[in-house]
Amino acid sequence: MINSIVNFASKLLGSPSTAEDFYRFNGGVHPAEHKQESTLKPIGKLPIPPSLVLPLRQHVGYIPKIRVKVGDYVHKGQMLAEAEGSVSAAIHAPSSGTVSAIADAIIPHPSGLPDMCITITPDGKDRWVDLKPIDWRNTPKTELVASLRLSGIVGLGGATFPTHIKVRADGKSGVHTLVINAAECEPYITCDDMLMREHADEIVKGMEIVQYLLGAERCIVGIEDNKPEATAAMRAACSALPGSSVKVVPTLYPSGDARRLIHLLLGTEIPHDKRSTDVGIQVFNVATVRAIYRYFTFGEPSLSRIVTMTGNVANPQNFEVLFGTPLQTLIAAAGNAGADTTHFIMGGPMMGFDLPSANVPITKAANCIIAATPHMFAAPPPAMPCIRCARCADACPVNLQPQELYWFAKSDNFEKARDYNLFDCIECGCCSYVCPSNIPLVQYYRYAKSEIIAADKAKEAADLARERNEFRLARIEREKLERAQKHAERAASAKKEEAQTSTGDAKPAATDTGTQASAAADDAKKAAIERAKAMKQAQTENDTPAASEAQPAKSEKALAAKTAADNDPDKQAKIAAAIARAKAQKLAAAQSAADNAVAAQAAGDSAAEQTKTEQSKQDKQALIAAAIERAKAQKLAAAQAGVTPKNTDNVSASVKAEIEKIDAIREKAHIADNTDKT
Amino acid sequence: MLLSSLYVMLGLALVLGILLGIAALLFKVEGDPLVARIDAILPQTQCGQCGYPGCKPYATAIANGEADINQCPPGGDAGVRALADLLGVEYKPLNAEHGMPKPKSVAFIDEATCIGCTLCIQACPVDAILGAAKHMHTIIASECTGCELCVAPCPVDCITMQPIAETPDNWKWKYPVIPIKAVSAVGGNAS
Repeated sequence: MINSIVNFASKLLGSPSTAEDFYRFNGGVHPAEHKQESTLKPIGKLPIPPSLVLPLRQHVGYIPKIRVKVGDYVHKGQMLAEAEGSVSAAIHAPSSGTVSAIADAIIPHPSGLPDMCITITPDGKDRWVDLKPIDWRNTPKTELVASLRLSGIVGLGGATFPTHIKVRADGKSGVHTLVINAAECEPYITCDDMLMREHADEIVKGMEIVQYLLGAERCIVGIEDNKPEATAAMRAACSALPGSSVKVVPTLYPSGDARRLIHLLLGTEIPHDKRSTDVGIQVFNVATVRAIYRYFTFGEPSLSRIVTMTGNVANPQNFEVLFGTPLQTLIAAAGNAGADTTHFIMGGPMMGFDLPSANVPITKAANCIIAATPHMFAAPPPAMPCIRCARCADACPVNLQPQELYWFAKSDNFEKARDYNLFDCIECGCCSYVCPSNIPLVQYYRYAKSEIIAADKAKEAADLARERNEFRLARIEREKLERAQKHAERAASAKKEEAQTSTGDAKPAATDTGTQASAAADDAKKAAIERAKAMKQAQTENDTPAASEAQPAKSEKALAAKTAADNDPDKQAKIAAAIARAKAQKLAAAQSAADNAVAAQAAGDSAAEQTKTEQSKQDKQALIAAAIERAKAQKLAAAQAGVTPKNTDNVSASVKAEIEKIDAIREKAHIADNTDKT
Repeated sequence: MLLSSLYVMLGLALVLGILLGIAALLFKVEGDPLVARIDAILPQTQCGQCGYPGCKPYATAIANGEADINQCPPGGDAGVRALADLLGVEYKPLNAEHGMPKPKSVAFIDEATCIGCTLCIQACPVDAILGAAKHMHTIIASECTGCELCVAPCPVDCITMQPIAETPDNWKWKYPVIPIKAVSAVGGNAS
């Protein structure tokens, strides 16, 4: 309320007022800071932990591809997993040692579900791989971006977006301003503050590299006014870099959000469907910039980060932590958590999430770990009905209508929520913070967002399935036509041949038109389906004597084995073989007529063949299926019993011919497909 | 005067008629848009549980008023509601005759048992099974719609349906629920 009055007054006076060097955004809140506790000591170092667990999912985008196997010895800085796809990042060994496991383990994720991790048992020697510094001033930008892809560097502010994507502008993007995000607006977190106090020179050198990569003319560092030491350090360091400046912004959550910070520093509002680069601005976190500096200057890939360990621990402090370090090591270094600690929060209290356990590793996204007690973060009182006070709308820094979004999300009216720009919500939690009814608004938005994303994915999958189904139906139709055409051609040529060679009393042959042939093919198919159905029925009634008339003893044995339901794979294979055999035999019996037809064909009776072209064709196909089945069964049985297969030779010629024919059709279809596509 | 006004009206009619004719040619609607809209709601499992050989035929049947809207178990309750919304008819619960919704799953071929008969390949409505005669087959899990049509034709019963497991990738935030605390009744006598 006061905020809105101030806003209104400043608007009346004409913004920005002359005293201020920044542009206020709407809303925001002032939660208690709690930053003092963890800034009393310098950044601490941790000993090498007994094991390092590196989840593959540490960044936004595709999962990287594992390049090591269990038992491999890896050096510090050696690549363990390689970026795969455009948006992805590599993972490196944070210390030398042996890869002891590549398996699922609990990862720091709100779901608490396990995911693929590489576990390294360090040997304590910390032996580096050969590092290759890059002379970035004398290397083409494309090469620099390509090498950055190997560095594993991602946005260390918490968003973990792969950095090489952000700098691949290559001078064409027209980025004129580089904004360095040092606002660190969320309570408790002080990792960027401490980093600036201790390594301001490295940050500024990194700014120089990024500025060069992006071709940006100027560089602005945005720092909240609750970090005077960091501001002084950065001011001193920035004097070395022309075109750079440090701007102090008022402490107001969430000024550390990239779009809010751009608004604060430059007064530019980025359209909700555009990126900041579309208006010539790119934002980097201070820690990311420093990582880039260390990569180019020393060749060090992304192996560690500064983590704030605070809350209910004896000595809250910032530590330089190797990725994969177990959280417990970090807690122990900070003097252990108090007895009344109930859980640990990763990230800040506003946007962070409860860790599933204290057994998770530190990842690239872990900027802060808070040991929480019920006293620090009391469970919210039960939510009351919304009283339509619209305080959430006043607090929303994105100018959304949180109360409307709440109604839509609560009633699963997702389309409407999307219409009200749910996806512009940055989940900062200001609305929940100010809600007098204690409604967990952000939880509703997260729920609605993940439901919408899941529905979109399902829709995509359905569209793909529809496309594939339609393609398949079209292909079947085409194959049918092709077959019919082939039949017609062959019949025609056979007729011609007959007219030439014999003048005998050939019956009036089929007229061999395409339509008739296709009809015949249809009939054949129907018959085949009918047969298959009968077969299936027979299978379900496997114990009827019909199925086992040929070899009743064996069949019974199989049945006995089946009823015994033995899990022994050898026996199961035997059963399968027996079933297949019985089926094949039955099919063969059913096809005796067809057998005769083929026998006649083999004898070389051309007249008979001609009259039966269509019929024998379908029968032949069925017979071949039966023969294959039989041969297979026999082979299997032979493998089991050590008997050589019989009866395969006399059908193999026709089978081969048929297979060749099918292959030819497939080849043709394939070629047709390719030409269609091109 | 009368004639000239007649001519004007006739001329107008002619011009507008031609315009309408051109518009009808230019903006011709191909096919039945209703079928396409119904088809867009259906889950494209192509399972045939509705009694039609695929989602498109079922959509056509609904559009022609031959089929009811509650015959699609994979679409679930939400699907029936969407169809009722689109067609302006009353919602009705799923018809149990056509089966009940199951958790989404994909087919899995036990490669040790597969004999390479290609029967499942022929049954798959979306070409999601890879393999050749006498060679082991496998399912392309990302393309599988979970229609179960490949399960029945398998002569050696090596295909099973496996529910899709929850991973950090497909995990969803849950609907916020207010935890209910059990309060002991002792001493809580309401006056």
